[in-house]
Amino acid sequence: MPSTPAIVVTDLVVDRGKKPVLRSVSTEISAGTVTGLLGPSGSGKTTFIRSIVGTQKVKSGTVQVLGHPAGTKPLRRRVAYVTQDASIYRDLSVKANVAYFAALYGRSRHEAMQAIEGVGMGDHADKLAGNLSGGQKTRTSLACALVIEPEVLVLDEPTVGLDPVIREELWDRFRALAAGGATLLVSSHVMDEADRCDRLLLLRDGVFIADDTPADLRAATGTANLEAAFLHLIRALEGVN
Amino acid sequence: MSPRITFITAGRILRQLLNDHRTVGLILAVPALIIALISAIMDEAPRVFDQTGLILLAAFPFMLMFMITSITLLRERTGGTLERLMTTPTGKLDLVVGYAIAFGTAAAAQTAVAATVAFWFLGLDTAGPTWAVFLICIVTALFGMALGLFVSAFATTEFQAIQFMPVFVVPQLFLCGLIWPADQMAGWLQGVSDALPLTYAVKALTEVQLNPDVTGDMWADLAVVLGAVVVATVLGAATLRRRTD
Ligand SMILES: Nc1ncnc2c1ncn2[C@@H]1O[C@H](COP(=O)(O)OP(=O)(O)OP(=O)(O)O)[C@@H](O)[C@H]1O
Ligand SMILES: [Mg+2]
Repeated sequence: MPSTPAIVVTDLVVDRGKKPVLRSVSTEISAGTVTGLLGPSGSGKTTFIRSIVGTQKVKSGTVQVLGHPAGTKPLRRRVAYVTQDASIYRDLSVKANVAYFAALYGRSRHEAMQAIEGVGMGDHADKLAGNLSGGQKTRTSLACALVIEPEVLVLDEPTVGLDPVIREELWDRFRALAAGGATLLVSSHVMDEADRCDRLLLLRDGVFIADDTPADLRAATGTANLEAAFLHLIRALEGVN
Repeated sequence: MSPRITFITAGRILRQLLNDHRTVGLILAVPALIIALISAIMDEAPRVFDQTGLILLAAFPFMLMFMITSITLLRERTGGTLERLMTTPTGKLDLVVGYAIAFGTAAAAQTAVAATVAFWFLGLDTAGPTWAVFLICIVTALFGMALGLFVSAFATTEFQAIQFMPVFVVPQLFLCGLIWPADQMAGWLQGVSDALPLTYAVKALTEVQLNPDVTGDMWADLAVVLGAVVVATVLGAATLRRRTD
């Protein structure tokens, strides 16, 4: 595994609505890896991700991506962000949506069509995005990011509501992108996806309670699966408190 | 700012608009129909219609642009696409100028239909050239756009955005000289009228109404409206935040 850090987060503190959401988190994410960001609802996953792409106001701490402060101009061609709720134009077709984001990066309509096929939306390319099902919207939103072949790809719960076959295909795709040198940060609720990550960040109440490989996490907690490992960590913490 | 991205953005916004056939129909037909209605109401007073009809030609694209800009931009803000765009190479000015090009084109189409109906079929008459009327209408429409852009930052729902019409648009329509000449209003109100950009659009139109040649006063009035476009656009762009709470 290459070890150059693509993302470096140092003592990041974020308040939302005057309440602390991230309480001084730090981590390094290596280039060419898939990192899973796990944690219960409301634990701050989206907030962490928004800080990485530079759309979140932060209170203190630093986030460096590819050697630049998060969200700065040189990064806007190299980092792609897929939001938790599909951010696409409902009054445009699937094709027009993906072609638009493709064009912003100088990519062709042909490449846009390939990205659409890649998420299994080829049959729906001419449909208005507003008339799609939830999972289809998610896939369209994903295609809008995949088409630009970014160096850093940040995905907020990209597989929610997708069927197992497509989820499997997408994870194969994520692995292939990482093998090609891209750095992926993927948040998820689903523990069985965690096993496909090189590294896991377990977020709870705004702090990382684990930052480790899946194998080491299982070994350290003496559990067979990650779900159990996560529960073990939480119980241990609650025992301490 | 990148001209390439600006035009891609304008193309996307126009496509969104064109996909909504009903809105396109309303944009093109409604002003012409209302001006025809006014013309029938003022059947016995064609000179009054010359004034009112002319002002309406500019008032409609102004209202239209205000509404569609504030609502489209609000959708970008609440639908997450604005946040996404802020992580792409799209600059704030690319977005704002993209809006101006797209909706300016819509306003031009609307004005073309309404002006054709008004001048050819309803006998609207001006001493000055038609192109000057057209130019004033487009600049006024851009002012509506810029105002809508700015105002959309203060609305969190489409319902609120609609409620800004009576606050930001209606007073300007009442005070610009559409329903009553500004110089016959209460003194303090004339002061207010003088402070509203739409008033200068009406003054410019009146210049075209009365003078066969384009006058320096018309250009001066139009420059005031253009200045308001620039100020409101800059204020509007300032409300687009890359980082939010
Ligand atoms: N716009 C906002 N204003 C104020 N507080 C917010 C805002 N957005 C989120 N929060 C709060 O910040 C905390 C973290 O939210 P965040 O969206 O990061 O959680 P999450 O881990 O992504 O949750 P989920 O898995 O449900 O998406 C929550 O307590 C939430 O209520
Ligand atoms: Mg979230």
